[in-house]
Amino acid sequence: MGEGDQAIHQRTLAGLAKGLAAGEFSSRELTEALLERIAKHQATLNAFITVTAEQALDQADRADQARTSGNGGPLNGLPIVHKDLFCTRGVLTTCGSRILDNFVSPYDAAVVERLAAAGAIMLGKTNMDEFAMGSSNETSFFGPVTNPWDTKLSPGGSSGGSAAAVAARIVPAATGTDTGGSIRQPAALTGTTGIKPTYGRVSRFGMVAFASSLDQAGVITRSAEDAAMLLGVMAGHDVRDSTSVDHPVPDYVAGLGKSVKGLRIGIVRQHFDEGLDSQCAASVKDALKSLEDAGAELVDVDLPNIGLSVPTYYVVAPAECSSNLSRFDGVRFGHRAEKPEDLLDLYSRSRGEGFGAEVKRRVMTGTYVLSAGYYDAYYLKAQKVRQLISQDFRNAFENVDVIAGPTAPTTAFAIGEKTDDPITMYLNDIYTIGANLAGLPGISVPCGLADGLPVGLQMVGPHFAEEALLACAHQYQQLTDWHQRAPGGFL
Amino acid sequence: MSGHWEVVIGLEVHTQLATKSKIFSGASTSYGADPNTQACLIDLGYPGVLPVLNAEVVRMAAKFGLAVNARIAPRSVFARKNYFYPDLPKGYQISQYELPIVESGELFIRDDEGNEKRIGITRAHLEEDAGKSVHAGFGKSSGIDLNRAGTPLLEIVSEPDLRSAKEAVAYMRKIHSIVRYLEISDGNMQEGSFRCDANVSVRPRGQKELGTRAELKNLNSFRFVEKAINYEIERQIELIEDGGEVVQETRLYDSDKDETRSMRSKEEANDYRYFPDPDLLPVEIDDEFVEAIRKTLPELPDAKQARFVSQYELKAADAEILTISRALADYYEAVAGNTSAVAQVAANWVIGDLSALLNKENVDIQESRISATNLAGLLDRIADNTISGKIAKEVFEAMWLGEGSADEIIEAKGLKQITDTGAIESIVDAVIEANPGQAAEFRAGKEKLLGFFVGQVMKETGGKANPGQVNQILKTKLK
Repeated sequence: MGEGDQAIHQRTLAGLAKGLAAGEFSSRELTEALLERIAKHQATLNAFITVTAEQALDQADRADQARTSGNGGPLNGLPIVHKDLFCTRGVLTTCGSRILDNFVSPYDAAVVERLAAAGAIMLGKTNMDEFAMGSSNETSFFGPVTNPWDTKLSPGGSSGGSAAAVAARIVPAATGTDTGGSIRQPAALTGTTGIKPTYGRVSRFGMVAFASSLDQAGVITRSAEDAAMLLGVMAGHDVRDSTSVDHPVPDYVAGLGKSVKGLRIGIVRQHFDEGLDSQCAASVKDALKSLEDAGAELVDVDLPNIGLSVPTYYVVAPAECSSNLSRFDGVRFGHRAEKPEDLLDLYSRSRGEGFGAEVKRRVMTGTYVLSAGYYDAYYLKAQKVRQLISQDFRNAFENVDVIAGPTAPTTAFAIGEKTDDPITMYLNDIYTIGANLAGLPGISVPCGLADGLPVGLQMVGPHFAEEALLACAHQYQQLTDWHQRAPGGFL
Repeated sequence: MSGHWEVVIGLEVHTQLATKSKIFSGASTSYGADPNTQACLIDLGYPGVLPVLNAEVVRMAAKFGLAVNARIAPRSVFARKNYFYPDLPKGYQISQYELPIVESGELFIRDDEGNEKRIGITRAHLEEDAGKSVHAGFGKSSGIDLNRAGTPLLEIVSEPDLRSAKEAVAYMRKIHSIVRYLEISDGNMQEGSFRCDANVSVRPRGQKELGTRAELKNLNSFRFVEKAINYEIERQIELIEDGGEVVQETRLYDSDKDETRSMRSKEEANDYRYFPDPDLLPVEIDDEFVEAIRKTLPELPDAKQARFVSQYELKAADAEILTISRALADYYEAVAGNTSAVAQVAANWVIGDLSALLNKENVDIQESRISATNLAGLLDRIADNTISGKIAKEVFEAMWLGEGSADEIIEAKGLKQITDTGAIESIVDAVIEANPGQAAEFRAGKEKLLGFFVGQVMKETGGKANPGQVNQILKTKLK
C-alpha cells in the first residue's frame, strides 16, 4: 500500500515529511486532523493530560510559512507529543502527579527546545505513571491509560500515554523517558518502536528527575527510521546538564542502510528461562532467526550478575528519587496543603496529599536505604553490584555488537492485575533495567503477536551504539511488518 | 584555661568565595539586592533544573589548599546533604562529604605564650549556601529570601588543635588573612562572608580522650568567637565540677546576653543521608592544573612577615601587624621604598598615626587619604631635619585634609624648622632673660627645669626650632 493511499494519521513521521514536502497537505491540515483524533480517543485511552491545540495550530501556521519560504528545520511541521515529565514553557507540566497539578513551567526542557527549534509541533502532553514510577501507567493521578490493542489492558509504563498515542495512530511520535524500561516496555506492550539512548546522549535539563543516574530521554515511534529522525535532533551535548556527554552525533538516518550481515548478536540464556512467557519467547526467537537469516551471527553471552539488576535498581532508584522529590514541599510551587498549622504540617500534608502510594513507597524505601547505619548495606552495596553488572556488559561487548532478547516477560496485562503486588510489577522490567544500570542504549521493536497482543524484541548496545541499534532495528523492519500492524479499533 | 582543665577547640570556618556567579548557576552573588531578585530557577530548585559547577570555585579552593600546604585531591565528589527547611529549596544542600577537594593542610599561629604553633587543617570542601528565613514582619508566617541560596562557600575544618579562645581567634584571623591575600574571599564578616562554627570541649589535663563537645554555630566576628568560646568553656567546667555532664549538642551564641544556649541535641540532629550527587561529575584535578595554580599564588602572610623582618629590619611584632592584609603590606612597602627614613620609622608611622586615623575615620588602607608617596615625603622631611616630629604630626593632619604634599604644606604654613644656630641662640638668650628665677634654680642643680626652657623656646618659635639644637644651646647657655 503506497503512502498516498494511507489516511494521514497512519503515516509515519518520514511519510508525513514527504507528504508535507510534496504539498499533499499542510502542517495546519495535518495538525487539525491529529487534534481531532486526540479528542476522539481521549475518553477511551486517556493518553493525554494536556492538549495544546491553539499553540499547535500557531506552530503549524509558522511551519507552513517556513516551508514556503524554504527555511524550515529538519522536522518542520511534523507533529509530536511530549511525555508530561518534560518542562514546557507556559504549559502545565504535571509529571502525572497531584503535587504538580497546577504547575506551569516557566521554561522549556532541552529536548522540547531542540525539537521545537527543528520545527516539530507539540500537540500536547501525555499521561504517565506518577513521576515515571510505575510499569503500567496506573500510578498516574490523572487515571490509567488504556492499551489500544485491548482497552481492558495496560499499555505499560511509565511512558504509557506516549506509547498508547503512537500505537493508536493518534500521533506519529512521542517523547518518553526511561529509568528502568519506561520507554522500551510500553513500546513492547503497544507494538511500537522505543529507543532509550546512552546515558548522557540526550540532555536531562528540564526533564523532571526521578533517578538522576538512570533517567534518559528517548522516543516512541512507529518505525526505527522515525526514531532516527528524532534522535538526531534530540541528541548532543548540553552545558546545562553536567552528565551530558560531548560526543559527536552521527547522522542516524544515513546510517539506517547498514546491513546486519556479519553483525554479532549476543543472546543471554538467562533471558529465556521460565520467567518468560512461552509465546513471547517464540516470537523473539523467530525475530532472532530472521536476523540470522539476513546474515547476523548469534552468539551466546553470559551476564553473570544480571539476575541482581532488579534488586539493585530498587535500591538505587528509590534512593535518588527520595532526594530528588524533596523539592516538592509546598513552599515554592505545586500543591500546597490548605491552612497549614506549622512548617511540619505544611510539609507532611502537602506531600501526603500530593504524592500517590507508589511514589510514597519509593520515597520511604529510598530514605531507608540512605539512612545512617543502612547506607553501606544497601546503597553502597547496590552501587558495587551496579559496577559488576556494567562490567558484565563490557565483557560481553568484547565479543558481540549487540545483545538481543525479549523486552518484557509477557504481553500487556490487565489494568488492576498487578497493582496489589509491587514485586510482580517490578519484575516486568527485569530485561530492561540492566541497560539503565550500565547506562547503555536499548531499543524495543515489535516482533510478533501473541494472542493478538504485541511482543517486543529488545536490543542493547555498547555506549553510543545508537546508530548500530537503529540500523539493526530498521533492517529488521525491512524484513518484517510487525511494526506496521495497528490495533483493530484504531486503523 | 589554666589549672586542672584543658580546653580543646576545633573550628569550621565558612568563607564565601568571591565569584561573580553562584556555585551551580549563573545568578549573581552580589550582596544586598531586593529579596529573591538574585535567584534563578536553579537556585529556586525548580523541577527539572540541574546544577553546573562554576569552574572558578575549583581554582579558588585549590589556591587555598596550596596556601596552607595541603593536598589537592585529584578526585573530589559533590554529595547531597538531605534535610527539609524552607530556605533550602531542593531539600538538600550540595556539599562535599567523603571526598573533599582539600585535605591535610596546616598553618601557624602564635599561642598564648607567643610561641609559634602549628594548627592542622583536616580538610576544606566546597558547598552551596542556603537562603535566609526572615521571621520578622510576616505575622505568623516567615519570609524566605533565596538570594544567598547557591552562593559558593569553602568550609575549612581545623584539627582540634586549638587550646584557648585566643588561639581560636588567632587561627581564624590567619585564615581570614590568607583568603584575602589569595583574593578568593572579601572576608566581610558583617555581610556573613566569613563566619565560623566552634567545637568546644574540656578535659582534665593529661587525659587522652576528648571530652564531649558542644558546637557553637554561626559566630560572625572575632570578638564573638572569643566571647562565645570563653563562655562555653566556663559553662562546661562549671557543669562538670557541679557533678553534671556535658551533652553533645548544637548551641547558639547570643551576643546580647553574652551566653550560649542549646539549639538541638544529638538525638534531635538530622540524619542527612549523604550520597554522591548524581547530577554532578566528580571534580578531577591533575598535576598540571595544580602547578598552574601554584604559579598564581601571591607571597603569603608568613613569608611576607619574614621578609619584612630581614629586609626592613622590623620588629617581628610590627612585621606581623603590617602583613595582616596585603593592602596594608603593599602600602607599607610603598612608603618604605620611597623614603630616606629608616624603615622602622616608616613602620611606626603606618602602624601608629596612620592606623589610628584610619580606625577613627573607619576607612580601609586602600581608601587612605594620605597616599604612600605623600607619607614617604613627610618622613623625608623629618629625616633631613626640615621639620621636627611634632610639626610632622601637624603636616600629617593637613595631608589627611587634602592640603597637598608634605613639602607644599610646610611651605604654605611656614613650618620649616629653624636650624640656624644664631637664630636659636638669640631666642634662647631672650627666654633666659625673661625667666631669671628658673635660670637660677636650674644653675643651682634643678635640672628638670630644662624641659621648661625647651618648651618656652618652642613656644617662641611656634615649634619650629630643631629640638636637638635647642637642647644643646640651652645646656651651654645655662651652665
